[in-house]
Amino acid sequence: MQTSHCLLIRALRDISVITAFSLSDWDLFIRQARQANLLSKIYYLLDTAKLLSQVPEKPLHHLQSIYYISQRHSASARWEITEINKVLAPVNVPVILLKGTAYLAQNLDIAKGRLFNDLDILVPKQKIEKVEKELWKNGWLSFHHNEYDQRYYRQWMHELPPLKHENRGTVLDVHHTILPETSKLTVNTEKLFQDIIPVAGSDNIYTFSQPDLILHSATHLFSDGELEHGLRDLSDLDGLIRDFSAHNNDFWQILIERAFELGLERPLFYAVRYCRLILETPVADKVSGLLAPCKPNGFLLSVLDRLFIRALMPPHKSCDDRLTSVARFALYIRSHYLRMPLYLLIPHLLRKFFFSDKERV
Amino acid sequence: MRVKDIEYEQFKKYVSCEGVCLKIGPFVVNVRSSFPLVAENIYQLYADFIIELNSEFADFYVCVKPPAGLRRWFRPQCLFSFDGFIPFKPLPANHAFVFFEWGLNWCIAQFAHQFLIIHSAVLEKNGKAVILPGMPGAGKSTLCAALALDGWRLLSDEFALFNPEDKSLTPIPRPVSLKNESVNIIKQRQDNIIFGPLVENTHKGTIALMKPVTSYVDASAEVACPAWIIFPEYQPDAESSLLPLSKGEGFMEVKKNCFNYDVLGERGFRSLGELLNLAECYNFSYSNLDEALNIFNQLALEK
Repeated sequence: MQTSHCLLIRALRDISVITAFSLSDWDLFIRQARQANLLSKIYYLLDTAKLLSQVPEKPLHHLQSIYYISQRHSASARWEITEINKVLAPVNVPVILLKGTAYLAQNLDIAKGRLFNDLDILVPKQKIEKVEKELWKNGWLSFHHNEYDQRYYRQWMHELPPLKHENRGTVLDVHHTILPETSKLTVNTEKLFQDIIPVAGSDNIYTFSQPDLILHSATHLFSDGELEHGLRDLSDLDGLIRDFSAHNNDFWQILIERAFELGLERPLFYAVRYCRLILETPVADKVSGLLAPCKPNGFLLSVLDRLFIRALMPPHKSCDDRLTSVARFALYIRSHYLRMPLYLLIPHLLRKFFFSDKERV
Repeated sequence: MRVKDIEYEQFKKYVSCEGVCLKIGPFVVNVRSSFPLVAENIYQLYADFIIELNSEFADFYVCVKPPAGLRRWFRPQCLFSFDGFIPFKPLPANHAFVFFEWGLNWCIAQFAHQFLIIHSAVLEKNGKAVILPGMPGAGKSTLCAALALDGWRLLSDEFALFNPEDKSLTPIPRPVSLKNESVNIIKQRQDNIIFGPLVENTHKGTIALMKPVTSYVDASAEVACPAWIIFPEYQPDAESSLLPLSKGEGFMEVKKNCFNYDVLGERGFRSLGELLNLAECYNFSYSNLDEALNIFNQLALEK
């Protein structure tokens, strides 16, 4: 399976390829990047590489346009972080920012040009009711009103039903761990809370440590079924790995030990494998050896390669082959299979199939 | 080459297969649709627009297509797709062409932040442009159509595209969308106006699109300088009155009609400030279109 025919993949590996783009390459490149939610990242890559002056006028408009949007997104996300800090101060528990907002709060390079949809936070399970109450008092309300949805989230998932701010409309997901309660893969949540980093200027806001940022992102990507933004998440992983490994010689050793400690070595294996295969992320030689114990068997791995490499391409028709939609569907099913035992999953999927349209308002 | 320079059958084939690239104002739009309704209406209402057969770069790839499954045949529906992404719920299939129009509006409002984008009609006379912002129902489109028939150059019925770099308004003279009673009011004003078919029971009521005259389309590249911002309000039986508005009030009112003031942040604030420096603001209530035209023509002479 070839990935290098995709312009976006080539540019993510090495942004200087754009200097050879024709105008019709730009046309396709902008479309792929937009649908993959990576257009604003491309703006920053070009800016950092001082290549914006090489972009023809027409595509430059689109890049500038998305740059304004991404500026706006990070300003709003920063504002929401200060709000959450204020609102949850009385509960006096560590509030851990997850994914995009964590990268932003720690001023990591990969936060540049990232677009934010919802905010995700993680709080200790025993305090989640207090957190919910404080949020509710301050305008964060649940918009999942039916009993089934409430039960689905509260009993089986690792988060509250999503909350929406009554004035600002921002959506907030409050998690108490990083995998569903019913999931096949289990994580040592207590240990996650032991290695957290405070966010400067806040009272109780934290992010995961560097290795845990990678492990969480990997766990999320490789157990999630909706891979339309999979390439964006893979490029986050690529950015985190490049960033952290450049500043710490023992990075790989620490990361892999931590993965085994938390029970997240399998997702890390996938992250390293697909970052390398798709984005040519530099990986130290010893890593294959260290990760060998968690390598799936050869048959499973060759099946997963075929599925993930297709599903992680930009969600644009120019990057699809005849098996792409089959691969995406298979991974969707896989994610549900990993998420819940079959005796819960089958009734749940049937319910979603028959009722989803009616319940969407 | 213009749309009308191609045979209709050929044009329809392009639209239903690879799509055609139309130069619409500052944008190149690739339109594709398997609904003959879309091809027919574009062929009629966009007849004077430039068609780029070997376009290398299109700003927006849009498609109106039938949904998968039963609704292709049973009470048929149509979907708007932005390069594979579906931003809206489906509409009845007989709305296919207006769905293209609305979808294109969405594309511009979402992705053209090189401009400060204001929901308003824009027309020009003697080199001076008037911006007519308006909440739905304020009579913006009706007034816009009447002015366009009276010799004011149509820049847009839907968007003021203000370029903060050179402080100009960029034309995008697409068909004017008229609703409900306005359709007949405008039809009665002249004989030779070309309208698309009536589309009934949309969320905006009954709609018909009026074809822009050739000279307005030909002047698509000629930007205009903003001179007035006038907030129209149709009031039955009201005497026409044009009342000056302070710059501060004008600023706040225009801001309400901006699509991307928030997105642009400080740049939005500065751009809107620049615009207000150039334009005088008025509130305008009217019930009689001829009176309204007199007032506008008077204004154009004074400045």
